[in-house]
Amino acid sequence: MTDVRPVADWKTDFDVLSPAYVDDPFSIWDDLRESCPVAHSDRRGSTWLPTTYKDVVDLAHDIEHFSSLDITVIPFTGEEPEEPVLPYGVPPISADPPLHTFTRRLLLPWFSHRKVESYEAMTRELCAGLVESFLADGRADAAADYAQQIPVRVIAAILGVPAELSDTFTGWVRAVLEFADDMEVRRDGTIALIEYFVAEVERRKQHPGDDLLSALLQTEVDGQPIEDSIVLGVAALTLIAGVDTTWSAIGSSLWHLATHPEDAKTLATDPEAMPLAIEELLRAYSPVTMARVVTGDVEFEGCPMHAGDKVLMNFPAANRDPAAFENPDAVVLDRAHNRHVAFGSGIHRCAGSNLARMELRVAIEEWLKRIPEFRIEEGAEVTWAGGQVRGPRSVPVVFP
Amino acid sequence: MRIRVDPDKCTGHARCYGLAPELFSVDDYGLSSVVGDGTVPPELEDKARLAIANCPEYAIEDVSG
Repeated sequence: MTDVRPVADWKTDFDVLSPAYVDDPFSIWDDLRESCPVAHSDRRGSTWLPTTYKDVVDLAHDIEHFSSLDITVIPFTGEEPEEPVLPYGVPPISADPPLHTFTRRLLLPWFSHRKVESYEAMTRELCAGLVESFLADGRADAAADYAQQIPVRVIAAILGVPAELSDTFTGWVRAVLEFADDMEVRRDGTIALIEYFVAEVERRKQHPGDDLLSALLQTEVDGQPIEDSIVLGVAALTLIAGVDTTWSAIGSSLWHLATHPEDAKTLATDPEAMPLAIEELLRAYSPVTMARVVTGDVEFEGCPMHAGDKVLMNFPAANRDPAAFENPDAVVLDRAHNRHVAFGSGIHRCAGSNLARMELRVAIEEWLKRIPEFRIEEGAEVTWAGGQVRGPRSVPVVFP
Repeated sequence: MRIRVDPDKCTGHARCYGLAPELFSVDDYGLSSVVGDGTVPPELEDKARLAIANCPEYAIEDVSG
């Protein structure tokens, strides 16, 4: 577990892994927007934390000064392997153009609207089966028994890897993202994940299938096959980015509905409310914070940023900015004016956003179809994880 | 009412297509364009305004004369 020093001054010494920030980042952002909209900290290397919608969007669009070559919110400070495991990182998310541009074009058609529709029936069946498995018990952990089980299986199907290994995949992804502050756990998780895909790549070369990994290996760019290390990076990204993130969004949304029965009732009885409601839940409980690295000394909003500094892409705070959203801390299911950036902004807009949206919608629909009324179990503890991805890890609920 | 999508601003969030599939189409890379010449039938004007107000990239414009 992460053990961090308490934060006395959020303006100059913030820590996104502080329990206070994980539990309630919202009031911290509110204070910072008033007193110091771009905070700074030296706790994990020189790092900046913007908190307004405008600043976060401006940073996302300035790819010249703010590179994606390092997107980790918690820098890796462990022992580096002699040979880099993934010399190209995990493109396109960790790349700038031109590597970003061509790898993104490889990935996007797998997550297009049309393609995502073809994954919906499988997702619905999966969600229905999970709810049925605990329906008779009258209680369940909406995060661990449900939300956590969904995206990993959908992503496994898209990558063409066995759903039986879901718990293993989840373990690796948590090691990389949730336990990122433990360098040994993180390194071991990363290496295990890459080694698995190295073997899978070799297998696909012999026996190609109808899956993303096989397709990447068969694709040529400018008449040449894509290098294995790029295919590995894209595959690793698809798993890492497609699991913890969506699971956190589903978990937060179910936590919201458990604690706001009037909203659960609205969604259980009015299917037409769903499209706007999904966007509002994504806005209010945006799970993902990204990072950029400063390419050269630059002044941003009066802050002297130096080459190598980190800037946290605080999309969750942007989405709670009162300058961009009326009454931002209220969840208004039919909010009509909602330019949220839960999936980022600019050229790195989340490539899996259509998939994440579909999974979130179907997960809520299948839950509410069978469990329209539920609440947090009395005396039970709801726990949250934070850092790169914020979401509940345990949401014990009961239902009649 | 007439609308257009600025292809230089659109990055494929597909919020417009999700809210008003009658008015927009998206390609395999997520990029959005208006259906036809962007003329919005009166009964869909509310949906067009909703799409404009939900685009994170400010890529949809009302170009009514």
